[in-house]
Amino acid sequence: MWEYSEKVKDYFFNPKNVGALEGADGVGDVGAIACGDALRLSIKVDPDTQIITDARFQTFGCGSAIASSSALTELIIGKTLDEALKITNQDIADFLGGLPPEKMHCSVMGYEALRAAVANYKGEAWVDDHEEGALICKCFGIDEGYVERTVRANGLTTIEQITHYTKAAGSCGTCIEGVEEVLQKTNAAMVAEGVLAADEAFDPVIAIRPVRRNKSPGKAAPAAAPAAAAGMTTLQKIRLIEQAIAELRPFLQQDGGDCELVDVDGNTVYVKLTGACVNCQMASVTISGVQERLADKLGFPLRVVPVPAGAPAYA
Amino acid sequence: MSTLIDGAMRPVYLDNNATTRVDPEVLEAMLPFFTEQFGNASSMHAFGAQVGGALQQARRQLQALLGCEFDHEIVFTGSGTEADNTAILSALETQSSARQPRDEIVTTAVEHPAVLALCEWLEKTRGVKVHRIGVDAKGRLDLEAYRRALGPRTAIASIMWANNETGTIFPVEQLAELAHEAGVLFHTDAVQAVGKLPIDLKTSEIDMLSLSGHKLHGPKGIGALYVRRGVRLRPMIRGGHQERGRRAGTENAPAIVGLGKAAELAQQWMAHEQTEVRALRDRLEAGIVERVPRCIVNGDPESRLPNTSNIAFEFIEGEAILLLMNQYGIAASSGSACTSGSLEPSHVLRAMNIPYTAAHGSTRFSLSRENTQADVDRVIDVMPAIVARLRELSPFWNEQTASEVQFNPTYA
Ligand SMILES: Cc1ncc(COP(=O)(O)O)c(C=O)c1O
Ligand code: FES
Repeated sequence: MWEYSEKVKDYFFNPKNVGALEGADGVGDVGAIACGDALRLSIKVDPDTQIITDARFQTFGCGSAIASSSALTELIIGKTLDEALKITNQDIADFLGGLPPEKMHCSVMGYEALRAAVANYKGEAWVDDHEEGALICKCFGIDEGYVERTVRANGLTTIEQITHYTKAAGSCGTCIEGVEEVLQKTNAAMVAEGVLAADEAFDPVIAIRPVRRNKSPGKAAPAAAPAAAAGMTTLQKIRLIEQAIAELRPFLQQDGGDCELVDVDGNTVYVKLTGACVNCQMASVTISGVQERLADKLGFPLRVVPVPAGAPAYA
Repeated sequence: MSTLIDGAMRPVYLDNNATTRVDPEVLEAMLPFFTEQFGNASSMHAFGAQVGGALQQARRQLQALLGCEFDHEIVFTGSGTEADNTAILSALETQSSARQPRDEIVTTAVEHPAVLALCEWLEKTRGVKVHRIGVDAKGRLDLEAYRRALGPRTAIASIMWANNETGTIFPVEQLAELAHEAGVLFHTDAVQAVGKLPIDLKTSEIDMLSLSGHKLHGPKGIGALYVRRGVRLRPMIRGGHQERGRRAGTENAPAIVGLGKAAELAQQWMAHEQTEVRALRDRLEAGIVERVPRCIVNGDPESRLPNTSNIAFEFIEGEAILLLMNQYGIAASSGSACTSGSLEPSHVLRAMNIPYTAAHGSTRFSLSRENTQADVDRVIDVMPAIVARLRELSPFWNEQTASEVQFNPTYA
């Protein structure tokens, strides 16, 4: 079940200002049964003061749609039309103690119904610019259409830019692939339309290479310390490690295996075991053998970590 | 109408197609495998051997429920979803060669996401062609379209045995025959059928079958794939030699033992499911339909799981219904857009062409052997008022005339 605030629950279970309004001065209908939510807002307006004296709602929709509608009526009664029109969907959500991101569209519906009702009262036509795609970033309640429009309007070509402009993908990051997909699709369309150079378009394979975790300096420093204590430069250390491994290799090769140095990071030595060593039950024995041999040679303990063949030297 | 839940009232759980309570006997069977019998079945010592024997017994218990010829036709997996994924991915590899390429999947528009989302991804990333066979308004499969879709490029036909939302049963035995006539491998997602319908795989043409522990009063996170002897299987997860190399990873011994016990109990309760549970479901459905105006029963009344009833309440929305039911301690689920987190109502109801006025208000009641007549009567008691209360709020409903209202939105 959704995480609803106490106030949302209260307004759902005990909604205020329900129903149709006899002799309403303005009526706004938004949404449709097909969309899963719809709201009819009726208002009474004092013609002299332009104050909304009464408001009622009828809603087809989920718990938060009903709560948002009821909250809206409470917020606008007693306000002038101009004051009421300043209310945003965020104000409705705030009034209710917040809404889950998936449910923010419910407050948007209230915001739009008010505009529709006011337009109806003034005898104007009200056209919404409302557009809704699938929600892609749940942390910030951002839908696909919004990302696409922002990419187009600003010629964006990276995820970082999208995050700066829309916040999408800026929090937990689990939506990043979805955002990338929209970016790629939109950029491709822009290239086809001739508004973006092909080599500027986003390509996830080129843009997103595996990255090495940033090691905090606090961690890196002590790792280097023992080497310094042993009075050795990094280069000297690597040479010694290479030498030790070279001495070991003939033994491994006798058993149809081999061992290669991949990388050295502080006191961690990454090696690649190949041939018979890889599947050998004794791989861990081999590794500890290598580790022992290196420690002997260098005079201080090292950690030897095997990397799978073909994998990058970092995790 | 009975009073609001006050803590003392026993909750009524009618969401057994989502998941079931672990049977106390199942739990009891599982517990020793967390404590004394913690060994790894692959180990040489006694700790391991005991566990190995227990896994063997569980496999036999499941074999008995499925009526399969050999116990080694069962591969334990981490979920029903994993079993579905394994079956389809394996077929794409084993059924295709350079001389006879098979890169098409025949499935239905109403499968569980465990099949549909995988197919969609295969379509998008691997150029696999997916035939999604449609259904009629009662959720019955278009047999003619199915027959036409099977062809020399079909790698697998994957058709669910029973639908999780409406309970509609597909004639999988017949569908498997048709597949074999066309030389096509047949898989069924039987996650909702196993434990609720009698199954006898040794006399069936079905090649592969998926099931899940938590739908039959077993634990969550355990499933199984039946792979008929002789059918080739490419493992999805590679590593150790567990499950004869067909599903690597140290066996989840407590869960496997639990699934075995659950299978044994399901077999004992099978007759009860077919009679008592069915009678309770029918009573619930008749009671609601009689008391609530403008509601429609979804699914095929001729061929339906005995425990499932899907009722559409027109002009109101499913999540709101569930929230009010929850106030009375009643748990069910809904095919509405809002409860699924997407903006569309259930793909199953849309495939059946259920009008939007009804789809959003569809509510699924799924019973189990743990439900009683008192449970059902309480639901019948509260539903009319819940529906009436939400219709009072609805702009589409006129109380006086009990009929639909014109609604003219500025946009739709
Ligand atoms: C028809 C069907 N298939 C597959 C699954 C997935 O099973 P599991 O939850 O074990 O992954 C479910 C359960 O939700 C289901 O109802
Ligand atoms: S879902 Fe987009 S950052 Fe969390």
